Amino acid sequence: MKKLRLLVTLCTLIGSALTAASLGGQATPRIQFEKYTLPNGLEVILHEDHSTPIVTVDTWYHVGSGDEQVGRTGFAHLFEHIMFMGSQNVPVGAFDQMLEAAGADNNGSTTEDRTNYYENLPSNALALALWLDADRMGFLLPTMDLAKLNLQRDVVKNERRQRVDNQPYGRADETILAALYPKSHPYSWPVIGSMADLSAASLDDVKNFFRTYYAPNNATMVIAGDFDPAAVKKLVAQYFGPIPRGPAVKRRTTVPAVVIPRDKFIVLEDKVQLPRLFYTWPTVKAFAPDDAALDILALVLANDKNSRLYKKLVYDLQIAQTARAFQESGKLDGKFQVDVTPMPGQKVADIDKVVKAEIANVIQNGISTRELQRAQNSYKANFLNRLASALGKADQLNFYNYFVGTPDYVQQDAARYERVTAADVKRVAGKYLGKPKIVLTVVPEGKTDMMLTAAGGAR
Amino acid sequence: MRGLSSTSAMGVIALAAIQSTVFAQGTFDRSKPPELGPPPRVALPPILTRELPNGLKLLIVEHHELPLADFVLLVGSGSTTDPASKTGVANLTATMLREGTTTRKSLEIADQIAYLGINLSPSSSWESSTLSLHTPTAQLDSALSLFADVALRPSFPADEFERLRKNRLTDLLRLRDQGPAIANLAFPAIIYGGAHPYGAATLGTEASVKSLSVADLQSYYQTNFKPNNSTLIIVGDVNPAQIEQKINALFGGWQRGNVSQPTYPDPPKAAATTVYLIDKPGAAQSSFRIGSVGVPRSTKDYFALSVMNTILGGSFTSRLMQNLRETRGYTYGASSRFDMRRNAGPFLASAEIVAAKTDSALLEFMKELNAIRQSVPASELSRAKRFLQLQLPGNFETTQDIAFQLVPVALYGLPLDYYNNYVQNIEAITEADVARVAQQYINPGSLAVVIVGDRKSIEPTLKAINVGPVVIRDISGQPIQ
Repeated sequence: MKKLRLLVTLCTLIGSALTAASLGGQATPRIQFEKYTLPNGLEVILHEDHSTPIVTVDTWYHVGSGDEQVGRTGFAHLFEHIMFMGSQNVPVGAFDQMLEAAGADNNGSTTEDRTNYYENLPSNALALALWLDADRMGFLLPTMDLAKLNLQRDVVKNERRQRVDNQPYGRADETILAALYPKSHPYSWPVIGSMADLSAASLDDVKNFFRTYYAPNNATMVIAGDFDPAAVKKLVAQYFGPIPRGPAVKRRTTVPAVVIPRDKFIVLEDKVQLPRLFYTWPTVKAFAPDDAALDILALVLANDKNSRLYKKLVYDLQIAQTARAFQESGKLDGKFQVDVTPMPGQKVADIDKVVKAEIANVIQNGISTRELQRAQNSYKANFLNRLASALGKADQLNFYNYFVGTPDYVQQDAARYERVTAADVKRVAGKYLGKPKIVLTVVPEGKTDMMLTAAGGAR
Repeated sequence: MRGLSSTSAMGVIALAAIQSTVFAQGTFDRSKPPELGPPPRVALPPILTRELPNGLKLLIVEHHELPLADFVLLVGSGSTTDPASKTGVANLTATMLREGTTTRKSLEIADQIAYLGINLSPSSSWESSTLSLHTPTAQLDSALSLFADVALRPSFPADEFERLRKNRLTDLLRLRDQGPAIANLAFPAIIYGGAHPYGAATLGTEASVKSLSVADLQSYYQTNFKPNNSTLIIVGDVNPAQIEQKINALFGGWQRGNVSQPTYPDPPKAAATTVYLIDKPGAAQSSFRIGSVGVPRSTKDYFALSVMNTILGGSFTSRLMQNLRETRGYTYGASSRFDMRRNAGPFLASAEIVAAKTDSALLEFMKELNAIRQSVPASELSRAKRFLQLQLPGNFETTQDIAFQLVPVALYGLPLDYYNNYVQNIEAITEADVARVAQQYINPGSLAVVIVGDRKSIEPTLKAINVGPVVIRDISGQPIQ
């Protein structure tokens, strides 16, 4: 659905790849590309693929919720919505009307680190997508007004209601972020933002944000699919070339240290039948040396019936209904999360004992070769799937380009996962999961006595 | 940098405006969208058909872009074959396929899926049960052998079933947390009633799930999972002759059987438009499901309905989305669809609406459901037709896309040239067709309006607008005793 995606982290989505490996020997295909930069600073990456007569234009603006100011959380995403409301030469509503009449599907998404916009359309309509994208990159403000902002403010508030407030356990994420990160940390608030901050966003905020972050020199446009490169370069130069360069964007490269001196136990009441336990440890950012080993650890702990936590809690003891684990790493920082939903009548304290014991077991005794292989092979296979569509390839080129500085990083990324050893997994389990954490219990309304406490049990 | 000084920001904008003006007078006029050439000719991949001696049909499409292949075993029986007191049998039977075979235990199957790096997923729907395999071709033989074992030799271990039963009962308990899920269950229960299989819950009810036994699942499997009731869809980097041989070796011994299709009673006659309100105290949004019994997939009005629904609520620029989201901001999304099945599935319009606008939103829904019955402007008709026609190539991009497109071909017996004729069939739809099907199939006077939300705050306003009587129902859509 339109403007519906709101990715929270990229690494778990795009973080895996493979080279020729122990199993099957299927090598990672390279994605051939050509990259150049217009005089105004717009990066352009072209990837030809004539297998289907469609083409994707995927533009990443290098701004996300992490760039927001105090009191304006959710603004980067609200701004994303406004980008579909028309520009100087595109009346309100015409953006989508023209694209749909051309057979396009289009959308955008916002994360902590970046905002993207894409059109996926029959190859004859490429010029339309470029014209529309150039108009909103260069000429958004002349027709910007409070009515557009107010409308999308209401839409985004409903998006928040649908994803967060009216969603069981939906407010867990923002509760954890606030407890885990210091207030000055760019990941300490949720991408969707708070209702109060969404209410506070002004037309001046829109104008300033656009001028600061939506200049060609802060964007990368990938065109992937069925097109003629010479013709496309001409079009790109014609449509985007005249858009003036903006001031250089000062990019944040460091974040405040995340220090959790001792386990912190918090509780959140929600309209739910069953409580849920969330454990969160600070870890490392995407592509940091331990990032891939933490991804593998997540699969070893909770991926399927053989993974440690799932097997013990859900399969063997049957005291939990769900058990999940993931390393979520962004451009600037990362966290590792485990969450478990007890079966009806089961105490969170009993769940906690098992979680502790299973993690301690990995820390002390490590994992088997088979566990490592399963996790590596799962990562490996997922990689091919991302190459199946023009949009998948475009997003991957953009991701690597932004995160590691080159679009062509697929094989190096694959190698990260191939290099992980059982000893690495044991080591990162101790190094990160052996440390203090945030423990959130979401409980049914009025039942705060169900929360897990430092004493190790529900009161 | 957290923001620009206003001076430099103004400078940027002024420059932009100048550039625009200069350019408009130069080599091209930015104010006019580019003229597009004709849409690309779409060469849809040929579909090969085969049939094994035991009656298993194969649909094979070669797609050699990547070393990947997709297999979908489509068994032509699903939840509508559940015995009345045993709802959930089809769904749990499919779920149990991965929980053990005569030679593999549940944990071994999971181990092999992860080790091979494949997806192997069972699922079930109203009239079909499926087992899907997505695999890199490097693992093809191992993956296929596991796929066939799971499909043909499930052992339905009692301990695994007890675990799944507990889990399913917990799923059903947790459904109460979700307004949209409650609405999705209550709506068909209300429009189809208890006697029609489309009114039943595919996941089962607490009572039915508690009453089921392994024998029920085995019986369901043995009756319905037959080669002559099944189609195997194969798409990917495969050689048709070789893959047919492999499939024959793996599936050739599967024994035929007599499979009977369920009979469907006529759905109850629609009552005058009624608001069925289900209480979800404190809900931030009201979940709307508005509709009636629609049409079967075999309807001769399929293409006219596709175009009409695209205009009403089937695309971003559709009337429901534009009105309720892009004009009024009442919701994050509003849509409508005809869920076409072997028999007449539901027509429904839906949205999650901010609680305070529940009454206003219902009035807008009713306005649009009336307005679509009037004439549709040519520009809107044309956009909807282009949208449907031109999206076709994108629906055939990946192996999974193609396999997905072949499911209705197998399930509803569509002709093999169905997609080849799709563009011209859409092209033939006129304004009169759209008006006719809207008038025939959307009847604002006899709709079920199911709303799950905070009764205390929304009931008075819903009564006040008087779209229909307001009736309180429980979370299963049943009258409250």
